[in-house]
Amino acid sequence: MSTVTSEGTQTHGESAKPIEAIESAIVRFVGDSGDGMQLAGTQFTTTSAVFGNDIATFPDYPAEIRAPAGTLAGVSGFQINFSSRDIHTPGDKVSALMAMNPAALKANIADLEDGGLLIVNVDEFSVPNLKRAHYESNPLDSDAFDRYRVYKIPITKHTFEAVKETGLSTKDASRCKNFYALGVAFWLYDRPLETTLAWINQKFAKVPAVAQANTLALKAGYHFGETAEIFTVRYRIPRAKLAPGKYRNLTGNQATALGLIAAARLAGKPLFYGSYPITPASDILHELSLHKNFDVRTFQAEDEIAAMCSVIGAAYAGAIAVTGTSGPGMALKQEAIGLAMITEVPCLIINAQRGGPSTGLPTKTEQADLWQAIIGRNGECPVPVLAARSASDCFSAAIEAIRVAVKYMTPVILLSDGFIASGSEPWRIPDAADLEKIEIKHADDAETFQPYERNAAGSRPWAIPGTLGLQHRLGGLEKADVTGDVCYDPDNHQHMIELRARKVQNVANDIGDQEVFGEPSGDLLVASWGGTFGAVWSAVQRAQAEGHKVSHMHLRWLLPMPKNTGAILKRFKKILVCELNMGQLQFVLGGHFAIESEGLHKVQGRPFMIGEIHEKIVQVLGGQTP
Amino acid sequence: MSAIDTPLKPKDFKSDQEVRWCPGCGDYSILSQMQKVLADVGAEKHNTVFVSGIGCSSRFPYYMDTYGFHGIHGRAASIATGVKIANPDLTVWVITGDGDGLSIGGNHFIHTIRRNIDLKIVLFNNRIYGLTKGQYSPTSEVGKKTRSTPFGSIDNPIHPIAVALGVEVTFVARCVDVDVKNMISVLKRAAAHKGTAFVEVYQNCNVYNHMAFAYASDKKTKDDHVLYLEHGKPMIFGKERDKGIRLNGTMPEVVDLGSGISQDDLLIHDEKAAEPTLAYLLSRMRYPDFPEPMGVFRALEAPTYEAVLMNQIEEATRQKGKGNLNELFGAGDTWEVN
Repeated sequence: MSTVTSEGTQTHGESAKPIEAIESAIVRFVGDSGDGMQLAGTQFTTTSAVFGNDIATFPDYPAEIRAPAGTLAGVSGFQINFSSRDIHTPGDKVSALMAMNPAALKANIADLEDGGLLIVNVDEFSVPNLKRAHYESNPLDSDAFDRYRVYKIPITKHTFEAVKETGLSTKDASRCKNFYALGVAFWLYDRPLETTLAWINQKFAKVPAVAQANTLALKAGYHFGETAEIFTVRYRIPRAKLAPGKYRNLTGNQATALGLIAAARLAGKPLFYGSYPITPASDILHELSLHKNFDVRTFQAEDEIAAMCSVIGAAYAGAIAVTGTSGPGMALKQEAIGLAMITEVPCLIINAQRGGPSTGLPTKTEQADLWQAIIGRNGECPVPVLAARSASDCFSAAIEAIRVAVKYMTPVILLSDGFIASGSEPWRIPDAADLEKIEIKHADDAETFQPYERNAAGSRPWAIPGTLGLQHRLGGLEKADVTGDVCYDPDNHQHMIELRARKVQNVANDIGDQEVFGEPSGDLLVASWGGTFGAVWSAVQRAQAEGHKVSHMHLRWLLPMPKNTGAILKRFKKILVCELNMGQLQFVLGGHFAIESEGLHKVQGRPFMIGEIHEKIVQVLGGQTP
Repeated sequence: MSAIDTPLKPKDFKSDQEVRWCPGCGDYSILSQMQKVLADVGAEKHNTVFVSGIGCSSRFPYYMDTYGFHGIHGRAASIATGVKIANPDLTVWVITGDGDGLSIGGNHFIHTIRRNIDLKIVLFNNRIYGLTKGQYSPTSEVGKKTRSTPFGSIDNPIHPIAVALGVEVTFVARCVDVDVKNMISVLKRAAAHKGTAFVEVYQNCNVYNHMAFAYASDKKTKDDHVLYLEHGKPMIFGKERDKGIRLNGTMPEVVDLGSGISQDDLLIHDEKAAEPTLAYLLSRMRYPDFPEPMGVFRALEAPTYEAVLMNQIEEATRQKGKGNLNELFGAGDTWEVN
């Protein structure tokens, strides 16, 4: 939420309007799917990031590519929280809502804070458009919005006027509206135009008329803010005091892709990525397919099962082998993950979770695939499971997952979710030289080789086809210990199941102790996992600041859990598990550690808000602030 | 370990595992011929991988002293695709059956073939589910009575060669399990092909579908029911080599040679025809109306999936240089915090 700081107001450059310095602001662009809101949001994000703010974004778009124009079903939005301090979420309440039509207004107005800026494209508030949004009369004419600062701007008309000289068709000219709106937002928050102008010139280099039109629209929006009499104030969010270094804005999917390329390089191996397009994981495939000069071999399979099986083959043949998917695809892959597990080939399965069950809410976030990851296969089939906690964390989580996969010769499941997969935040760019090598020693001694002989970690050797004298056969039938021959012996089956389970438990030797944020004991431990980290940690910090004896435990590793997890849980009087499902981690913790806990369960396809977690914390603690 | 400079013998390709097919199963012959063919073509054990799915045929890799992967039902081609992309230098064979490859694995069958990735797919067609004890398969004939179709199958069968041609297979051939000479010749051609090679083997399941292909395997009758394809040669068959295939309009017909009809009137086999029309026509010739073609239906040269993929990687590397992680990390809009 934006708050006025003691720096007060100041004037900037040639601008005659006062500039108020604030700590942070949350802007949301909303419009039709075809209005270019994702683009406007991304550009605002990049500019703010390059300017030096801490940022967190939340793209929120419908599953339909182009739902009928002007309808509620077609509303697409992009929210950016940009701040001069450390932030962890895209924010709860919006400080400025830029609504391109009545449907977008209707679908989003509830999230605008009291006193917030509501900027509407008044040209689109026609009777038919109001009707499509199920408004009986024009809400802008009523007193319903008195608690907001409403700015009615004829964005469509202004855009047409601004781009007239380019000679673009009405349709093409209309598509520049998002840049006009972006220009207004840039003026309002005192952002430089250079980054976006450079982007426009690069992106539309081959269509100069479009580049020119977008440039004109952007500048027209900016100048409108300056010259029109309607805005009385503008805002500035100073640079954030992030840790020193070079930064870049990344989505979780981009960070995942970079982590995978880095891991393969650290291991000195080609990267094989076999995948089938699915929202919201496809961007990993898109990103990886750009980087063939890193010996990245992408394979768009005919289906999810083929993708997983190709990964098994590639892993057997010695590549760093990875697939990415989302819930429904994960369900299809499970039999093959079982095959990877029993054949003990190293590979990684990334699940960018989305709303389920079935097709569910394809473009919305959820964390309801934890059980699917931990217990979703036939037979006794544990595989290591970890979850990234933010967009930029996907980078290191991907590397860590590969490290575990090749050391323990096992499939590993990395959970992300729609929120962090598509959302972005600043990433402090590491120096590649600081990344630890991934050591791989393939079997090479034909005299002593046994396919299922185990090392100290409990892993069998990785012997790859092409190695002289190590011919062996893997498969889904149970294998005899050491020799790997097909074996139906009852005692051997029990023994092998135990060996495989123990191996997965051994991963706990590599993942360190579980951290607790806050005091090591107290009245309440809030437990969370995955992409909810930012919201939960922010809420816990707020409760701590109020004097509550509350701490936060955010699990990165779900299987196995760090060895001290049970001990931590027993040091708190109460446990609250916050997750975007109906209590899956809560159930797992109860099963592992025989503890009672309360849960905060949200399954609305949206991330947590800090406020609702904070409210629950206070409620669990008896409703009183110390 | 055998030294690579000593030519390998068929027995060198036998693994130490006990073969567990039913006595009399057609699979034994295919296993033997494969071992002979690999020895004959100078295959290297350590550079050869057999991948299979699930079913009787899919136990095959366990019996070969090469690298092997016994997969899950229907997915052999997908596993093999991963192997080949990860290491294009390997020779990769896929062993599958009519249930594994055409029913549960039908999707992978067509997509693998259309990519022309260099895999040699050998499909053991016995027109029955053997391992699950006798249900009808996708190649079973209409009316077939099995444990799951006591009143006769009402499914129309799938014809694998026609399907493969439909997705532009670059090499397709057929042979019969007991016809050793023809099988060896077909498998050698498949081994030499660059791209997806698909071989259908008529294989006898002597427990659940005995004599299903007797017309094509019985020495007494097969010459009248089988047409051996030879590139550039007229299509002649019959014990006395007195019958041929002639084109009548767009339909093939069986004709007797001699009574005013000469070899010049017959269809000439052309396995290299750019269009798959002739091969498709051959795939439609079925017992009892026609002799069933054996041998190579189609053999074309075309770029393989893995070669094009590796070319793209080489080209990208040539243009951009070998990937540098720091450049990758720092690409796009960046900013410094001091």
